[in-house]
Amino acid sequence: MAKGRKTHPPLFLVVTAGLIAVAITLPLTYLVMRMAGVGGEELLALVLRPRTLIVLFNSVGLAVASTILTTAMALPLAFLTLRTDLPWRRFWLMVTTLPLAIPDYVGSFALIAAFGPKGSWLQLWLEPLGVETLPEIYGWTGAILGLTLFSYPYLLLSIQAGLQGIDPKIEEAARSLGCNQRETFWRITLPALRPAIVAGGLLVALNALQDFGTTSLMRFETFTQAIFLQYRYTFDRHQAAALALMLVSLVLLLLWLEYKMRSRAAYYSRGNKSRHSPALIHLGVWKIPAILFCFTVTSFGLLLPLAVTVFWLLQGLASPEAEQIFSGLQLTQLAWNSALASGLAALTATCCALPIAILAVRFPSRITTAIERCSYIGFGLPGIVVAFSLVFWGANYLPWLYQTLPMLIFAYLVLFLSQSVGTVRSSLLQVNPQLEESAQSLNRNLWQTFKEITLPLVTPGVLGGAALVFLTAIKELPVTLLLAPIGFNTLATQVWKATENVSYSKAAAASLIMLVISISSTFLVLFQNRYQELMPEVRRSLQREVD
Amino acid sequence: MISHQMRQISGAITAVFLGWGVGIAVADTPKTLTVYSGRDEEIMRPLIEKAKKDLGLNIEVRYGDSTELAIALIEEGKNSRADIFYAQDAGSLGAITREARTLPLPNQLLDKVDPRFRSSSGQWVGISGRARVIDYNTKLVKTSELPKSVLQLSDPKWRGKVGWAPTNGSFLSFVTAMRLMEGDQKTLEWLKAMKANGVKAYPKNSAIVEALGKGEIALGLVNNYYLYRFTKTNPNFPVAIHYTKGDAGALINVAGLAVLKTTDQKSDAEKFVAYMLKPETQKFITENFYEYPLVTGIAVGQKQLPLKQLQPPNLDLSKLSDLKGTISLIQQADLL
Repeated sequence: MAKGRKTHPPLFLVVTAGLIAVAITLPLTYLVMRMAGVGGEELLALVLRPRTLIVLFNSVGLAVASTILTTAMALPLAFLTLRTDLPWRRFWLMVTTLPLAIPDYVGSFALIAAFGPKGSWLQLWLEPLGVETLPEIYGWTGAILGLTLFSYPYLLLSIQAGLQGIDPKIEEAARSLGCNQRETFWRITLPALRPAIVAGGLLVALNALQDFGTTSLMRFETFTQAIFLQYRYTFDRHQAAALALMLVSLVLLLLWLEYKMRSRAAYYSRGNKSRHSPALIHLGVWKIPAILFCFTVTSFGLLLPLAVTVFWLLQGLASPEAEQIFSGLQLTQLAWNSALASGLAALTATCCALPIAILAVRFPSRITTAIERCSYIGFGLPGIVVAFSLVFWGANYLPWLYQTLPMLIFAYLVLFLSQSVGTVRSSLLQVNPQLEESAQSLNRNLWQTFKEITLPLVTPGVLGGAALVFLTAIKELPVTLLLAPIGFNTLATQVWKATENVSYSKAAAASLIMLVISISSTFLVLFQNRYQELMPEVRRSLQREVD
Repeated sequence: MISHQMRQISGAITAVFLGWGVGIAVADTPKTLTVYSGRDEEIMRPLIEKAKKDLGLNIEVRYGDSTELAIALIEEGKNSRADIFYAQDAGSLGAITREARTLPLPNQLLDKVDPRFRSSSGQWVGISGRARVIDYNTKLVKTSELPKSVLQLSDPKWRGKVGWAPTNGSFLSFVTAMRLMEGDQKTLEWLKAMKANGVKAYPKNSAIVEALGKGEIALGLVNNYYLYRFTKTNPNFPVAIHYTKGDAGALINVAGLAVLKTTDQKSDAEKFVAYMLKPETQKFITENFYEYPLVTGIAVGQKQLPLKQLQPPNLDLSKLSDLKGTISLIQQADLL
C-alpha cells in the first residue's frame, strides 16, 4: 500500500473522521449499556440456549452461501459485460445491476407469488399436468435465493470497477510472455480482482446477516429474526441487546477477515497508464449460453418483481377501489419525500466517506484503519436495533434533533455510510499518489490538489457510492418509521402500511414508483459515469506532468 | 486554505441542520396532541380527521408497529413527546404499564368498558375487541370436519396443514389464555405436539390468510377481521371463519388506549379517550375495522357474529399482559 508522503494528515480530516467514528459507535454504546442490565447467569443461559446456536448457525450459513453464490454469478457477469463480444453488451451491462433497486421484501414476495408451493403462478400453470404442490420454497432455498438475487449487484459493481481499474498492459504482458487466456486469468486478472471480490463479498455477507425482509417472508430463522422476536415477545431490551452484540461480534469477525484478505499490493499502475480498452474475448459458440445466463439472472432479479408488482396493480385497477390507488397527489408527495430523504442521505454519506477513505488510503495507521472499518458496523446491524439506539440517544440527549429530517438522515448515515466508504476507497486505491505529489510540487496546496486531481479521478467511486446509499435508503423501513418527522411518509412506509392492511394494489402502486425512481437514478448515475471518459484533458495534462 | 473553506462549508451545513431542528421545535409550540398509533393509518385517518374537527384539537399521529412503538416509548423515557398510545394488543399496553409510563385513567371513562377489557389498575382501556378465530380454506376443509377446539389441531389429520403467526402479539395472548385455562403442562404439550405436527409459522396474520387463499395450508389461527380485507376486493376468496366455543381459541383481544405520563395535556388526552368511547366512534370502528365495540349496547356489522354469541373464555384480560411464563413455555417448546 502506498505510504503517505506526509506523516501527519491534515487536522481537519482527522476531526471530521473522528466525529463520524463517534457518531457511528453510538448504537454500540447503547447496546453495551442495555446489555449491562442482563445478569451474568441469565446472559450465559441466553448465549448457550440451543435456539441461539441454531440461529447463529443459520445466519453464518446464509452469509457464506450467499457470498459464494453471488460470486459465482457476479464474476462471469462482470467478464461477460466488460470483456467479451457478448451481443448487446451495453444493454446487459446496465440491466444486470438493476436488481439492486428491488427492495428485498418486494423481490421475495414476487418469488413466493411465482414459485410458492401452492397457488403460485408456476403451480397453477403446472396444475393441468397433475402437479398439486411444488417443493417448498420456504427455508434455506428461498432465503438463499432471495438474498442472492437481490444482493449480487454489490459484488458485480465492485468486480466491474476492479476490472476497469486493471491496466490492460499487464494482461498483455502476461500473454506476450506465453500465458494463454486461462493462465492470464488465474495468474494475473483474478489476483488483481481479489480486493474487489473481497470488498463486494463483505457487503453481501453483511447484508445477509442483517436481512429481515427476505428471511421473514421465507420463514427462515436467523439471528436478526431472533433479535426481532426478543423485542416482539418480551419487550426485553436487555436480552435483545445481548443478542445484537453477539451479531456485532460476528460482523467484527467478518471485518477482520476482510482486512486480513486484503492484499498489500498497490493497485495503481506506476507508469503512464494507457487508456485503451483491453481486447475483447470472442465468445464464439458460447454466445448463446452466455446470453441465456444474463437473461435468466435478469428475469428473476428484475422482470419477475416488476411483473408481480404490475400484476397486483392491474388487479387493483379492475376493482372498485381503483380511484383510491392512484390518488395522484399523495403518491407525488410520497415520491418527493423518498427522493429527498434518500438524496440527502447520499449527499451526506459522500461528504463523510471522503475524509474517511482519504485517511485510510493516504495516511494508513491503526486509527485510520479502525475508523474505516467501524463505518461498516451499522451496515451489519438490523435496522430495528439502530432505530432503538437512536431513539434513546435522540429523545434523551438531542431533543431538538429528535424525529426531524436531519435525524433521519443521520440514521441512514449510520446504516449505509460504509457503502460509500467502500467505493470511494477502492477508487482512491487506483489513483497513483504520484499524481497528487506532482500537483503539490507544482505549488498546488492540499485543497487545490484534492479539488483538481483527486476528486475528478475518484468521481466514479464517489458517484457509485452515492447511488448505492440512495438505493438502500429509499427502501429502508424500521428506522424511517420511528425517526422520520411525524407525517413524513415515504414510499417504503406506504408499501409497509398498505401490506399490513392487505391493500396489495396500493402497495404495488407505491413500490412501482419506488422501482421507477431507483432504476432511473441507477441509470443516471452509474452509466453516465461509466461511459464518460472523465475530463480527458485534465488526465492528459497530469500525465505529462508525471512523465 | 483547506481548513478555511472546509470550515465555511461545514459551518453552513451545521447551520442548516441546526436551523431545521430549531425551526421544527418552534413550530411545535402551539399545543398538539401527539398519538403513537400501532393501528393502521388507512383506517385511522378518517377517524382522526373527525376527532380533530369534533374536539377542536390539533392531533398528529405517528404510525408504526405496536410493539416497536411501545419499546420506543420506553426508550424515550421521560423525554417522550407522545401524549397517547393506541396499541393493537394488550401486550404492548402491558409493557409500557410495567415501565410506569402511563397515567391512571379517570373512573368515569374506565366504567364504560367491561372490566375484562381494561387494565385492572386503570392504566389503559380497551377500545375494540379482536376475536381469535380459525380461518379455513373452503375447498380443502368440509364444515363437518372442522375441529371443535384448537386443542384438536395437533391431530395427525392436520399434519402440515395448519398455519400460525407465533411472532404476533395476539398469538402470545392466545397462548397465555390457554395457560390460564388448561395449565402450563397441557399448554406445553400442545405447543410441542403442534410443532411435531408440522405447523407452519408465518410472519403475520395477513400472510396466513393469503396462504389459506392459495391452499398452501388448510387452517390458520388468526384474528377475525383479516378475512374481510381480502373478501372486500375478491368476493370469491375461498376462505371462511370458524368460531370455536369457550376455549382459548375463542379469546377476545383488545386494542386499547393509554395516556402517557409525559403528557403536558392531560385533559385533552382524556377528552380524546372519551371521544373514542363515544357510541358514534364505537359504531364507526365496528363498521370499518370489523372489530367488536367494547362499550355495551352497540350493534355489530352484519358480517360479524355478535359478541354475545362468541362465547369467549371467561378470563381476566389484564392477566394476559404478564407474558413471562408464556415466553418460557414457548422457549421450552423450542418455538423461540
